[in-house]
Amino acid sequence: MKWKQPLGPAAFIAFLLVWWQVELSRQAVHPLPTPLQVLAGLTELIAKGLLLKYVVASLFRVTWGYVTAALLAIPLGLAIGWYKRSEMAFNPWIQVFRPISPLAWIPISILWFGVGDISAIFLIFLATFFPLLVTGINAVSNIPEVYVNAGRNFGLRNARLVYHVLYPAVVPQLIVGMRIALGIAWLVVVAAEMIAANSGLGFLIVDARNAGNRYDLVVAGMVMIGVIGFLLDIGMRSFETIPSVRWGYSED
Amino acid sequence: MSALSQPGKWEKFFWPLLTGSVLLAIWYYAVVVTKTTVFPMPVSVVKGTVELARKGVLLNYIGDSLHRVAVGYGLAAVLGIPLGLMLGWYPAASRVVNPVIQMVRPISPIAWIPLSILWFGVGDSAAMYLIFVGSFFPIVVASTNAARNVPSIYRRAGRNFGLNRASLLAKVVFPAALPQIIIGLRISLGIAWLVVVAAEMVAVNSGLGYLVMDSRNSGKRYDLVVAAMLMIGVIGLGLDFGFRWLEKIRSVRWGFRQES
Amino acid sequence: MATQVTVASTERVANATQAKVRVEGVEVIFDRDGKRTEVLDNINLEVAEGEFLCVLGPSGCGKSTLLNTIAGFLSPTAGRVVIGGEVVSGPDPRRIFVFQERGVFPWLTVEGNIGFGLFKLPGEERERRIKYYAHLVGLEGFEKAYPQELSGGMKQRLEVARALAVNPDMLLLDEPFGALDSITRLTMRRELLRIWHAEKKTIIFVTHDIEEAVQLADRVVVMSARPARIQQIVEIDIPHPRDISSTRYLELRDGIFEQIGIAHKI
Repeated sequence: MKWKQPLGPAAFIAFLLVWWQVELSRQAVHPLPTPLQVLAGLTELIAKGLLLKYVVASLFRVTWGYVTAALLAIPLGLAIGWYKRSEMAFNPWIQVFRPISPLAWIPISILWFGVGDISAIFLIFLATFFPLLVTGINAVSNIPEVYVNAGRNFGLRNARLVYHVLYPAVVPQLIVGMRIALGIAWLVVVAAEMIAANSGLGFLIVDARNAGNRYDLVVAGMVMIGVIGFLLDIGMRSFETIPSVRWGYSED
Repeated sequence: MSALSQPGKWEKFFWPLLTGSVLLAIWYYAVVVTKTTVFPMPVSVVKGTVELARKGVLLNYIGDSLHRVAVGYGLAAVLGIPLGLMLGWYPAASRVVNPVIQMVRPISPIAWIPLSILWFGVGDSAAMYLIFVGSFFPIVVASTNAARNVPSIYRRAGRNFGLNRASLLAKVVFPAALPQIIIGLRISLGIAWLVVVAAEMVAVNSGLGYLVMDSRNSGKRYDLVVAAMLMIGVIGLGLDFGFRWLEKIRSVRWGFRQES
Repeated sequence: MATQVTVASTERVANATQAKVRVEGVEVIFDRDGKRTEVLDNINLEVAEGEFLCVLGPSGCGKSTLLNTIAGFLSPTAGRVVIGGEVVSGPDPRRIFVFQERGVFPWLTVEGNIGFGLFKLPGEERERRIKYYAHLVGLEGFEKAYPQELSGGMKQRLEVARALAVNPDMLLLDEPFGALDSITRLTMRRELLRIWHAEKKTIIFVTHDIEEAVQLADRVVVMSARPARIQQIVEIDIPHPRDISSTRYLELRDGIFEQIGIAHKI
C-alpha cells in the first residue's frame, strides 16, 4: 500500500508537534517558542519577502562553493587514486588538513576575502573539497582489479580504458560521496553565514536573536534549514536509482 | 592501479616528504612575493607554537577541547547506539522515526547555537550540547544500518539455540553490528572534532577553536591562528588513528575489509 | 527397464516403534507483493529415530524450505510437523540447524562458538563439553582461533561442533558442504558419518548432489521441482563404510539419475 507509507511518520510528527505545543503552553516561561509561534514567524518572513531572499542567498553560496569544489576535487581525486605513487604523495597531507574544521579557516578567509559572499563560498569550497577528493581517490582504489584486467584483456588502452571501465565503475561511489558532501556544504553554509555574511538562513538565525531575541524566527530559520537540507538529500538520492548506477548499491 | 611497477617501501616516506616540501616552498614564496604583512611565514608558525607551549596555554586548551568532545560525543554514543539498534531491529519503528531524524539532521549544529546559549548560557555546557547534536544523528543512523545489515542467518542461529529477544539483541545483533557501529563512531568523532572547534569560536573562553578566533581578534596574531589550525589538524588525525587501531581488535576485525 | 530400487521398509525403520519426525500434509505458499508461489505441495514424510535422511532435489526446488519448516523457522500454510509427539511451532535447541560455514559467529573464537548454546551450564561442565566437541570434530589446538583464520572445511566442522554441543535430538543440515571444494567435501562426508555413528543423532540432510545423498543416507527423499512434491523415497541398504564403486551403489545411484531424468553420459 504505497499511500499508507507516509501515514506513520506523518502521525508521529503531528504527535510531536502537538506535544511540543501543549507542553510549552503549560509553562509560564517558554524555553522554546511554540509551533504556532514558529508558524507565525515563518508567515511573517514570507510576507516580508525575506524568506525567499535568504533561501536563495544560501543556495547560491552552496551552489558556487560546492560545484567549484566538485569540478576540481573529483577529477583530481580520480587521478591521484589511479597512480599509486601520487596517492602515497598526497594522502598524508590530506589526512592532516581534512580534520581542520572549515570554520577554523574563518579568520584567514576574512583576511583574504573580507566579510561577504566570497568568504562564505570559500568556506563551502574548503569544506567540500576534501571529502570529494577523498571520495574520488577511494572510488578508484575500490575498482575491482578484475574489471581493469577485463578491460585490458579486450585491448582497451588508457583513454578508452578510463571511459569504458573506470568512469562507469566509479560513478555509484561518486554519487554517494557527492550526496554526503552536499550535506556537508549545507551544514557549513549556515555556519559560514552566521559569521561572515549579511544575508542567508544562517545570518537570519544569528540576526533574529541579536536584534531582539526573536526566537520564533530563530526556530523558523532552523526549520527551513532542516527542510531544505532534507529536500537536497532526497534529490541527490534520486540519482542513485538510475538503473545504470543502481548496480553499485547493494540491496537496502 | 596503473601498470607501473610496485612502489618500494622507501617510497612511502619519500613521496609525502616531497609534496610536503613543495607545499612548504609554495607557502614561503607566496608570503614573500605578495609582501603580505599579516599572513605568517612557516617559521613564525613554528615559533608561535613553541610560545604557546611554553606558556602552558597549548596543553590547557587542547585538554579543554578534548574534554568537551569527550562529554558531548560520549553522551551521543551512549544514547545513540541503543536507539539506533532498536530502530534497526524494529523496522516499523524506523519507518516512523526516520523521517524526523532525516529532517533534523541537516540542521547544522552551528544553527543550534542561539538556542543552546539560551538554554545553557555561554560556557562548556552549550559547547557540549552542540557536539552532542552533531554526533548524535550520524551515530544513530550508523547503528540503525548496522543492525539492519546483520545477516538473518545469525539471528536464526541465535533463536535456534533458544535465546530470547533480549539475549538475541545483546549476544548476536550487537556483536554482529559492532564493526559497522565502530565505523559510524569513527566518522562521528571526526564530526565532533569539527563541531567543537566551531562551538568554541562562539560560546566559550578556552580551547583550540577559541584560540583561533582570539589570536586574530586580540592582536592579529595570524601566526598563532595558523599554529592553532595545524594543531587542530594533527589532533584530529591522531583521534582518527586511535580509532583505526581499535578496528584491529580481533573480535571486530572480521567486519572490515583487508587494507592492502 | 529402470533398475529396481526398493522402497520397502528396512530393519532400521521397522525397529522404530514411533517415528521421530512426522511431516503431515505440509504445504507452503509464499505470498510476496501479491504474487503467490507454491513452494511445497502436500508433503508427507516420516523420519525414524537415529536415521540419516537425505532430501535430494535440484536447486530452488523447495527442499530448504522444507527443512526450515521442520526446524520451525517457517510456519506451513497448511499441514503440520510433529516431532517427538509435539507440534512444531518455532525454533528449538532440540533440533539445531546447520547452515553453510557462514553460519559461524565471526566475533567469537572457536571456543566461544562451540560454547554459544551452553549458557545455562555451569563453568566446568561448559569447558568440558567445549573440549570434547572440539576434539570430536578435529579442531583441537584451534580453540582460541577466530573463524576468519580457519579454512572453509574447518568452519563447517566448527558449526557442527556448535550444534552438537547442546546435545540436540536432531541435526538439520542445509547443503552444508556446498561451499567447499570437492576434495574437502569427501573428507567432510566421512567426518560427518563418523560423528553420526558416535553421537547417534537423527539427521536430516538437504543436498542437490546425488552422489552425496547415496553415500550418506539411509533413505533418500527425491523431490521434484517447484512446486515440490516427493517423487520417490529410495532406501539405501548398503552398510557403512560404503564402496562407491560397488555394484549396489551404482545401481541405486543410477536409479535416482533415471528418476530425475538425467543421462549417464555427459
